[in-house]
Amino acid sequence: MPGKKEAAQGTGYPVRKEGLRKRRRVGETIIQSLLFFAGFFSIFTTLGIVYELGKEALLFFRTPEVDPWEFLTGTSWQPHINEFGILPLATSTFITSLIAMTIAIPLGMAAAIYLSEYASHKVRRTLKPILEILAGLPTIVYGYFALMFVTPLLRSLFGNDVVQIYNMASGGLVMGILILPLIASMSEDALNAVPRALREAAYGLGATKLEVVLKVVVPAALSGIAAAIIVGISRAIGETMIVAVSVGAGPNFTFNPFQSAETMTGHIVRISGGDLSYDSIDYNSIFAIGLLLFFITLTLNIVSQRIVRRFREVYE
Amino acid sequence: MKKNNPSYSNGGRFRDNLATRHRAGVIWQIVFQASTVIGIIALTALLLNIIDGAFGYVAYEARVDPASLAVDGVAIEDLPQELLVEILRQNLSSGAFNKLDNEIPFNERSRINVYDLVIERIVRYDVTESWTLRESLTQGAEIRARVIEEYPDAELRFISWINAEFIQRPQSSEAVNAGVRTAILGSLLTILVTILVAFPLGVGAAIYLEEYALDNWLNRLIRTNINNLAGVPSIIYGILGLAIFVRVLGVLTSGAVFGSVDPTTASGRTVLSAGLTLALLVLPLIIINAQEALRAVPQSLRQASLSVGATKWQTVWSHVLPNAIPGILTGTILAVSRAIGETAPLIVVGASTAISFDPNIFSRFTTLPIQIYQWTARPQAEWRHLAAAAILVLIVLLLSLNATAIVLRNRSTKRF
Repeated sequence: MPGKKEAAQGTGYPVRKEGLRKRRRVGETIIQSLLFFAGFFSIFTTLGIVYELGKEALLFFRTPEVDPWEFLTGTSWQPHINEFGILPLATSTFITSLIAMTIAIPLGMAAAIYLSEYASHKVRRTLKPILEILAGLPTIVYGYFALMFVTPLLRSLFGNDVVQIYNMASGGLVMGILILPLIASMSEDALNAVPRALREAAYGLGATKLEVVLKVVVPAALSGIAAAIIVGISRAIGETMIVAVSVGAGPNFTFNPFQSAETMTGHIVRISGGDLSYDSIDYNSIFAIGLLLFFITLTLNIVSQRIVRRFREVYE
Repeated sequence: MKKNNPSYSNGGRFRDNLATRHRAGVIWQIVFQASTVIGIIALTALLLNIIDGAFGYVAYEARVDPASLAVDGVAIEDLPQELLVEILRQNLSSGAFNKLDNEIPFNERSRINVYDLVIERIVRYDVTESWTLRESLTQGAEIRARVIEEYPDAELRFISWINAEFIQRPQSSEAVNAGVRTAILGSLLTILVTILVAFPLGVGAAIYLEEYALDNWLNRLIRTNINNLAGVPSIIYGILGLAIFVRVLGVLTSGAVFGSVDPTTASGRTVLSAGLTLALLVLPLIIINAQEALRAVPQSLRQASLSVGATKWQTVWSHVLPNAIPGILTGTILAVSRAIGETAPLIVVGASTAISFDPNIFSRFTTLPIQIYQWTARPQAEWRHLAAAAILVLIVLLLSLNATAIVLRNRSTKRF
């Protein structure tokens, strides 16, 4: 540094004492710290979730009535007689999600392929916003639809004695309709990102349109599509209002989709709907279920991000 | 060569194959198209189902014939306030009358309010049966015949469940008098809290990540964390809100610190708690959207500003932000419309079941989606009609927000 200064003096220009060093600006530092705090704030949210859920869940598992092993393997969830087995809640979450995904994956992918590869520009410009509106409706609206339209439809198709008023099938179906546009929209983005040259090359080799789509474009976009599907699954597992309205109120260990049951999310909503007193076992139990839910969806989201990062085909 | 590949030279097998391949192409195209159409049909069915519930015939009976309450031949619609109060005094038990007087003294109430009380407490219209729009249109004659036969005292009317009164009336225990005023105000107030907290925090975080943050482990952690938070189910935020805003910060969110002594909100299950919970929920969405808007501002703009001697913050404030703000606003509006439709976290935080007063930020709360949920959950048909009407109000609110976002986006799409 001193060398530099001398050199500057040597040229004869007046040099101020602080030289060319950056001046400390208090205002800039304060603003930068505030911005850093805003950026860091989201870490607090995560820590808050993990800490609060963990703490209360720990209290839940510490109570003598609860056995962690029974929690994971028990087939009965009845807090009033101290039976805390998560399976009935977990299976109904699994079944509704499964039904939803059987609807949403094929239809969503097919819609994405149609919009990206077949539809004319004009058709796409009309259809895509419609699908986005469908994805943007509040889920309680879907819950109303499940209860008022899909359940009566199922009951008239399969008979009132087979299909209960509250059942997993209608919740699952409507959840599929909710997730369909999500998968369609994300997959379409992935398909669109495949460069045109790949398609032209395949056409040049004599492939038909379908062959280009299924053997070239879809494989090239597979990472994006897989990520869309995983995000869809995670959404289905965490979905609450549709199942709270249409699936039922009462845990039921069953694999029959036409019976009523209660999902993990549905249970949390019902339990906390009343005035919940703190430090009761009910209060602690929703944290334990929430923690499980958090870890499942977090794992799925991380997997989906990994897939995108690792398997993405990068074209210039 | 030719001998080895006869199929290619004379085109025989190749051509056969070609026809099959083209047929497969056509079939699959139809499948793809049909799937898209199914999606559209589902949306149409959903909207028709809601409209179906929001209009239709209603048969209702009055417990007390309003004509019998008329004073000197003047119908109660036209009576002055004092006479209406007199009617209340005569027809209600003194306990119920005094309770009403204690809530808000009668001489301080508006005439409309007193009139509504007369209708609600004395006349008491009960919905005996209601029909959906489809039933009303296709079986109108049968419905009329049935009402005359089964409910001779009932009045049959074709009504729109969504109307001016529905929007202006507070919640009520009688379906005929129930409205969404409280719920709309609750939603707006909650969202206001959400925006005030989440917008500055979210935009600040986005500016930090896009303009200041170096590529080190901490900032990568923050980025990953934000992406993960965006995928956390909304109900988890509800549980977090219950634990932190309602329980730990209950003194603050109930307003006790600020001298608000409403005992009903001492638990901290208030509009403020709800708004803060939703703020945590939409924060990652706002950050991600704002980051994208900031990224769209060309680097040359920053360099030009820095090269004439502006500081980092001056560059951000007077060059980057003005160019990014339309994008940021669009993203924020989309995030906020997500928050308006959220139901599950607010139920967990502790929405109230019946409120009939206009909320403030330290009062118990209900919002439009909560109201829809509670009405949908009731088994009687009339409440479900109300739910359908409330859904229409909610959809109109959301569509107007989205339209604003689209207008903002179109007006300010600048290409560099």
